[in-house]
Amino acid sequence: MKNLKLLTNPLNNENPITVQVLGICSALAVTVQMKPAIVMALSVTVVTAFSNLIISLGRNTIPPRIRIIIQLVVVAFLVIVVDQVLKAYVYDVSKKLSVFVGLIITNCIIMGRLEAFAMSNKPWDSLLDGIGSGAGYGLVLIAISTLREFFGSGSLMGFQVIPEGFYQMGYKDNGMMILPPMALISVGIIIWVQRSFNKKLIEN
Amino acid sequence: MKVQSNSYTFLYSTIVVLIVATGLAIFSTALRPAQTRNVELEKKQNILSSLRVKSDRATVEKLYTEYIKDSYTVNYKGDKVIGIDPFKVNLREELKKSPSKRNLPAFEATKNDSSFLVIPVYGKGLWGPIWGYMSFQKEATSSEGLPHFNTIYGVTFDHKGETPGLGAEINQPFFQVPFRGKKIFDDEGVFVSVDVVKGGANPISLHEVDGISGGTITSKGLEAMIDSCLVSYQNYFKLNN
Repeated sequence: MKNLKLLTNPLNNENPITVQVLGICSALAVTVQMKPAIVMALSVTVVTAFSNLIISLGRNTIPPRIRIIIQLVVVAFLVIVVDQVLKAYVYDVSKKLSVFVGLIITNCIIMGRLEAFAMSNKPWDSLLDGIGSGAGYGLVLIAISTLREFFGSGSLMGFQVIPEGFYQMGYKDNGMMILPPMALISVGIIIWVQRSFNKKLIEN
Repeated sequence: MKVQSNSYTFLYSTIVVLIVATGLAIFSTALRPAQTRNVELEKKQNILSSLRVKSDRATVEKLYTEYIKDSYTVNYKGDKVIGIDPFKVNLREELKKSPSKRNLPAFEATKNDSSFLVIPVYGKGLWGPIWGYMSFQKEATSSEGLPHFNTIYGVTFDHKGETPGLGAEINQPFFQVPFRGKKIFDDEGVFVSVDVVKGGANPISLHEVDGISGGTITSKGLEAMIDSCLVSYQNYFKLNN
């Protein structure tokens, strides 16, 4: 039961983006289309899960004075591996994500989970926490990118979903959706929707 | 040894760094072939796209062998250089050399029974490198002294990090299509290149295309790129037969 909570809490009550407001920068950058957003979500999940696991395995041996550096080395290692794998197997997407894969290193969610959770919990719990946090981040990313791709380009996953007839009747894609500010506004809308369902999140 | 002690800290960090370095080296070596292949496929896709042939990753190899008949490296005088793979020429390094020492890649193609020549270009945009391929159709008739390749058939440009919505638009069809039919030599066979004009090109001019509003520095960089790359090829264009 406790284990399940580790996985599901970050999806809703402790969502890294909509509740903790971490990792906003990359959420703005890679959500114009769904495909890069999904790849980014998977990459971040892999990195949070394994960095949590590795740090948790070594939590009793890591010298406290250099713990942040050790965490960074582990995260950087995983990110470089992810970047190399993307370049080798999904080259097109890796080109679209460009620098943002490298910037996963600085994603606050990862360091946050390492310091707050992995340094003081068992490996299995940490792995679950990492997967949960990555999935919570990914869920919001995919939600934003669905909104932005649908209204901004009229397509989902690259397939045209708004029929040609609509365009002939005068419908136009909303160019604003493609620009970064709309990502922020979408995050705002998602937070609003989430809070109207989840009363626990509302502060007094 | 105490976890707090200096020697433990040093030892620990040394070991971690060694493990990570070994791991990265293994990953990098194992994935290198797949990555090199991706870059090569992309290059071929770009070459085909400058010939107005659409390809995807699955079809590119087949289409490439179908259209590209020959590829080689030429020097400033237009003579073929033996022993240099045009695919491996690093254009950025070549452009740093003086024009007479450059090795210039050239790709010969046939499409619908016409001959074409594809030339790579490389230059500077506003924020980083820009590059592309330009294809030229062989002139139907050419008299003595006039170049055999003069008319642009198609172009493809790309960039590393130009401003989205402004300079980044150089990889869009609305910018690239107007290059078609433009000429790089004038009536006397003098090299004049193609200018990217701010504020609208003269519609009847054969040497001007429209620049991108708000992307002036990228447009100018692209103009300089075309000029500086093609100028080294001019003897080759005249010699080739």
